[in-house]
Amino acid sequence: MRITGAQAIIESLKLEGVDIVFGYPGGAVLTLYDALYEAEFPHVLTRHEQGAVHAADGYARATGKVGVCIATSGPGATNLVTGIATAYMDSVPLVAITGQVGTSLIGRDSFQEADIRGITTPVTKHNYLVKKVQDLPRVLKEAFHIASTGRPGPVVVDVAKDIFAAMLDFQYPDTVQLRGYHPLFEGDSSILDLVVEEMQQAKKPLIFLGGGVNISNTVDQARELAGLTGFPIISSLMGLGAVPSDSPQNLGMVGMHGTYAANMATTECDLLLGIGVRFDDRVTGLLDEFVSKARIVHFDIDPAEINKNVRADIRVVGDLRWSLPALVEKIKAQRSVEWKGQVKDWFDTVKAWEKEQPLGYEPSAEVIMPQTVVEKVSELTQGNALIVTDVGQHQMWTAQFYKFAQGRSFITSGGLGTMGYGLPAAIGAKIGMPEKPVVLFSGDGGIMMNCQELATAANQGLPIKILIINNSVLGMVFQWQRLFYGQRYSHTSLQGNPDFVKLAEAMGVTGLRVTEPGQLDQVLKQALEIDGPVLVDIKVPNTEDVLPMVPNGARLDQMIMGGK
Amino acid sequence: MKHTLAVLVENRPGVLTHISGLISRRAFNIESIAAGYSEEADTTRITVQVEADELELEQVVNQLSKLVDVIKIVNLTDGDSIHRELALIKVKAKPETRSDIVDIVDIFRARVVDVNRETMVIELTGEQSKIDALCEVLKDHGIIEIVRTGLIALSRSPVPAKDI
Repeated sequence: MRITGAQAIIESLKLEGVDIVFGYPGGAVLTLYDALYEAEFPHVLTRHEQGAVHAADGYARATGKVGVCIATSGPGATNLVTGIATAYMDSVPLVAITGQVGTSLIGRDSFQEADIRGITTPVTKHNYLVKKVQDLPRVLKEAFHIASTGRPGPVVVDVAKDIFAAMLDFQYPDTVQLRGYHPLFEGDSSILDLVVEEMQQAKKPLIFLGGGVNISNTVDQARELAGLTGFPIISSLMGLGAVPSDSPQNLGMVGMHGTYAANMATTECDLLLGIGVRFDDRVTGLLDEFVSKARIVHFDIDPAEINKNVRADIRVVGDLRWSLPALVEKIKAQRSVEWKGQVKDWFDTVKAWEKEQPLGYEPSAEVIMPQTVVEKVSELTQGNALIVTDVGQHQMWTAQFYKFAQGRSFITSGGLGTMGYGLPAAIGAKIGMPEKPVVLFSGDGGIMMNCQELATAANQGLPIKILIINNSVLGMVFQWQRLFYGQRYSHTSLQGNPDFVKLAEAMGVTGLRVTEPGQLDQVLKQALEIDGPVLVDIKVPNTEDVLPMVPNGARLDQMIMGGK
Repeated sequence: MKHTLAVLVENRPGVLTHISGLISRRAFNIESIAAGYSEEADTTRITVQVEADELELEQVVNQLSKLVDVIKIVNLTDGDSIHRELALIKVKAKPETRSDIVDIVDIFRARVVDVNRETMVIELTGEQSKIDALCEVLKDHGIIEIVRTGLIALSRSPVPAKDI
């Protein structure tokens, strides 16, 4: 088939099963957009390239498929960088196709030229610059393969402008030949015998579930492991949903804003099974004293994660789709072991911690408490919604108070902590999973960072529910200033922000506002029932802290407590 | 401790950027890096010398291995392997000091590769310590400039690094 480079990209996308792309046109990708037009390929026009990449990311996290975005050269491509870095930190499969200036203009500081390959090298799993049209099919095949296999991640394919118009004999390769890329699926199963031995000997074992469980779709296997052993469970922010929040074994999130029980259990356990986790500093607190009393078993697909932050006593390197079922089989074979009896004392201890210091806050009849909003939404959606957040206090309250029931139901920027992520990610998630209700919790800071995408949501007629937890300040920074900077509130007031209801209406989104606790329930119900995008401006006080909180550099058990 | 790694990579544009970028952003302590063609047309062999303890070395190897263009990494520190570096040293040489310098060059089994009225250029191949020693001795004569290739290493084993 003799076609242009641009047509070859469309054909490649079809062969990779891509059903939609997110993007923004421009000079260097005009030919590609012409091919999209001709092929009537589904495309979502965002209002900023950053919106396109976050939408592709939200789509990928919701569906597990590779998200695809397109941007033009120079500023178009550099506007993707934050989104690419966001996807990289959270291991999200993404292919970003960028236009580059024409081959003869590369390296001459041409109009709208930026070395996007060089710029994105630290934040991509791999990247390409295509300067020969016949390379396109191979490069795209490799890009999708690399993005979606092993530990997923973003891949950038930068294509010189003239290549889109050049002709080639299109033949899409069936396989990739990459001598340096062989993601490990199956590891050494004899290691799992050692793991079972450790589990049998442990008196205070703890299962720690991370984002890897959601990414690898091994939620069922993780739940089976939990059910067989009866061990208490904690999770990272990215691991939420892997086991239901209301499971009696689940102590909730660990780390800086983790629950008292989860942080105490981590401090006191004698065996930690870290499954698909990377021991981020927000999880470990003071690294030198993290789980100092425990043996650590680290399950991960990426060998470079082992011993990066925390030294593992046993490493189980391989895909969780291999290691978790294999471990479950080995445990089932140990009929003589009464797992739950073995850990009964420990289980009672952690449950006592949970009872002693549950997550909580002072409810109010005068003002709407932000935590109440999350609890109400949790009741109304019954764990069946895709929950998306921006970054900050509302994100942590969502992690703490929403009752997650399913894997892949929580979409949030964990590793990079990207403000402005939420709205475009919610758009992508809804497009990926149209049958699921999508609720976005955002802040009055974060929503402004990509509020132009309200127009995209309206334009696409996407019934996403945007709840702004509006405390008129940059809440998380405000909290740190209150706690650690002597209440010197440097530039965290958001006075002068627009009227969000009017902003929503101007963008074609239904706008609602709620200021009284008594109206909250009814307004939230109304928002969920309206068929179309709705923004709810929810006025909350700025005096609430996210608690518990492990101060920066402190041990996990040195929490600032709060609540009732 | 210093470790020597042979890193086999695909000979593709950008591969050196990927490697040097990774080394700098992960803050690894690289003492030297030398790249060149290998016995295979499409493979470049990079010798990296890194100052690291055991845990750091594991991270260097694992992180470099993650790069898609990195085919293989072999540790040539402990094994039976040959380490060499090449240096070109330009020293001040007046007619009256030339013979002194030539004597030193002979003792080190180095070679004089260029002479003019004011300078001599000396070439020496050897282990790093030997090159360091020669440079030290030549200081007295006034070194104008030095260029060193960085360390390269090869095992004595009949099996090539790519097959280990």
